[in-house]
Amino acid sequence: MKFRLLNTEDRDAIHQASLQILENVGVKVNNDSALDLLKESGCTTDSDIVRIPPSLVQETIKKAPDTFQLHSRDGSRAYTIGDNKVIYNPGSAGIYFIDRKTHRMRRAVTADFVDLVRLTDALEYIHAQSTALVPADAPDAISDLYRLYIILTNSDKPIITGAFTKEGLIDMMHMLESVVGGSEELRKKPRAIFDCCPSSPLMWSDVTCQNLIDCALHGIPAEIIPAPQMGATSPVTIAGTLVEANAEFLSGAVISQLTQPGAPIVYGGSPSAFDMRHCTARLGAIEAIMAACASAEMGKYYKVPTHGYLGLSDSKAVDGQSSFESGAGILLASLTGVNVVSGPGMQASENCQSLEKLVIDNEYCGAAFRLARGIHIDDTALATDVISKVGPGGHFLAERHTRLNFRQERFIPSDVLDRLSPDAWERAGSHDSTYRAREKVDRILSEHQPSQLPVDAEKSLQGTLNGILKRHGIPTFTLPIL
Amino acid sequence: MSEKIIEGLHEAVIYFDEEKAKKLAQEAVDMDLDPVIILEEGLAKALREVGDRFGTGEAFITELIAAAQTMEAGAEILNREIARQGATRKSTGRFLIGTVEGDIHSIGKNIVKTMLTAAGFEVIDIGTDVNTQTIVEKVREHHPHILGLSALMTTTMAKQREVIQELERTGLRDTVKVIVGGAPVTEAWVHEIGADACGLDAGSAVINALKLMEA
Repeated sequence: MKFRLLNTEDRDAIHQASLQILENVGVKVNNDSALDLLKESGCTTDSDIVRIPPSLVQETIKKAPDTFQLHSRDGSRAYTIGDNKVIYNPGSAGIYFIDRKTHRMRRAVTADFVDLVRLTDALEYIHAQSTALVPADAPDAISDLYRLYIILTNSDKPIITGAFTKEGLIDMMHMLESVVGGSEELRKKPRAIFDCCPSSPLMWSDVTCQNLIDCALHGIPAEIIPAPQMGATSPVTIAGTLVEANAEFLSGAVISQLTQPGAPIVYGGSPSAFDMRHCTARLGAIEAIMAACASAEMGKYYKVPTHGYLGLSDSKAVDGQSSFESGAGILLASLTGVNVVSGPGMQASENCQSLEKLVIDNEYCGAAFRLARGIHIDDTALATDVISKVGPGGHFLAERHTRLNFRQERFIPSDVLDRLSPDAWERAGSHDSTYRAREKVDRILSEHQPSQLPVDAEKSLQGTLNGILKRHGIPTFTLPIL
Repeated sequence: MSEKIIEGLHEAVIYFDEEKAKKLAQEAVDMDLDPVIILEEGLAKALREVGDRFGTGEAFITELIAAAQTMEAGAEILNREIARQGATRKSTGRFLIGTVEGDIHSIGKNIVKTMLTAAGFEVIDIGTDVNTQTIVEKVREHHPHILGLSALMTTTMAKQREVIQELERTGLRDTVKVIVGGAPVTEAWVHEIGADACGLDAGSAVINALKLMEA
């Protein structure tokens, strides 16, 4: 980790303040199983307000694992979630989409999500999928799990997701099980992380709390993601927001670890700066980026994997603002070592996805991986031999040293990033990066073939989905794609 | 046997193995193989392949230069033998190349030179920092089909115009096509100074030179 906003004393102070809030103010928990569990474990409850003693927090947080492995659909690739490893995924659950023909925002539909999943499948620096859009043309009752179905049938990358209902999580778990070959295999090699978000300030809804409990029971990694709006649902100071969000995370960690000690959890963050003029939640605000990075520093303080909503923008267009806000988030996330970064492709805060932006952000992610590797110093890198050989007035282009080292020394961007001479740029049509990104999107969508779901897994998934649809009384022909 | 040598030289260029290129070129000479064929089929063809890969973005400039140097290492031996036998390589055209006065940059010129050689041109290199008078004299002396003028800097590219004006003044302009190249050169510049084409990179320099030969 190379970038720090908090020193150890700062983090101690935030930790102590959060303990104090949990002990004296408490959290509101609208879930009976969690209330029972907390009561049994020595918390005091006053109707649905739970006050958690510091000793219980200290004891339970230690049980959470510091890393876990997230696997590709077929189980062949494993990604470490933790340490200073970073995986990027498109941020979750937008309802708008930027139309590539009109360049305007409109409601997202299933076909858009299929495109997004297939594009993500092809992008080399976006290592995980996310259920990034809520399609307007899918029935509301199953829109959470329908997104998972779209991902499972169009990509083999690991998945960041979440459920909208209590049953939704169980249904989605069954879908994953039917694809990977059973509950044991899924428990052994998780394919998806589920987001479980407390409601700021200091509340757990029945659904998200139950999701968190069910994740713990079934060994499904859970991302506990506080989403405070600074100045509105949390203090206007970043420090105060960290205290509140940390208390929310810790309360979730206690519920999870009491349910199942050692259950994999991730310290998440989706802080925003509530705009005092326009009453919007700004995720691209510099304070929001700072809070997300600092919140990951708190996660590292507790030695648990971390997550942040970074790499997204408040801009409604793919433009300078979206580039700055996303680039800043991606680079700082990388330097902080935020393990799961959700945001590439997202704009209009967390409301919209753009494929052009995703392609541009993919380049930033590539650059961020290079940044994270830093500057390597050894005899070869210091290059005194080759400097001596070339001497004054020579050049390095023909040197073996150049040839052998440039591919690992350089991040080599795609043609989305302009590297042409002015003249060549004019001859290529004088286009900007958004235009080139759009061309790349079109090219990938027409050429890229994601790895197919094996026939028996596909059948098994269809069977599970049909059962769920039947239970909801949803005829299959009403789904846009099946 | 010549098949094997050709294959080996091809591989040497592709993998930038100068020692191997020299060794195999010498073997070819020792075995009395036709040096023109060995040069063309072994070395030149391989460099053209690397040049094509550079054109499509699969190879990078440092690799193209390394391949070019490998070809040169082998070609030096073969060219000596070609000269000794009094043989000649089938020439695509005669190309006179140099960097204009005030400019001592040679990397771009040299890479273009080797690429042209690989494309079958007979290349005469008059070096760097060559003044306008000398360039014109060399044109009169060698009767090249094409004159290539290199300039890296915006401060020296004006000399490309001066050379063309001097060729006109001395009545030589119609005898030779002029290609200008170098980082600051653009197509607009070509039109402005009345050149015939430009080489915006090593690949396009060769393509445009071939086009001029057909014209």
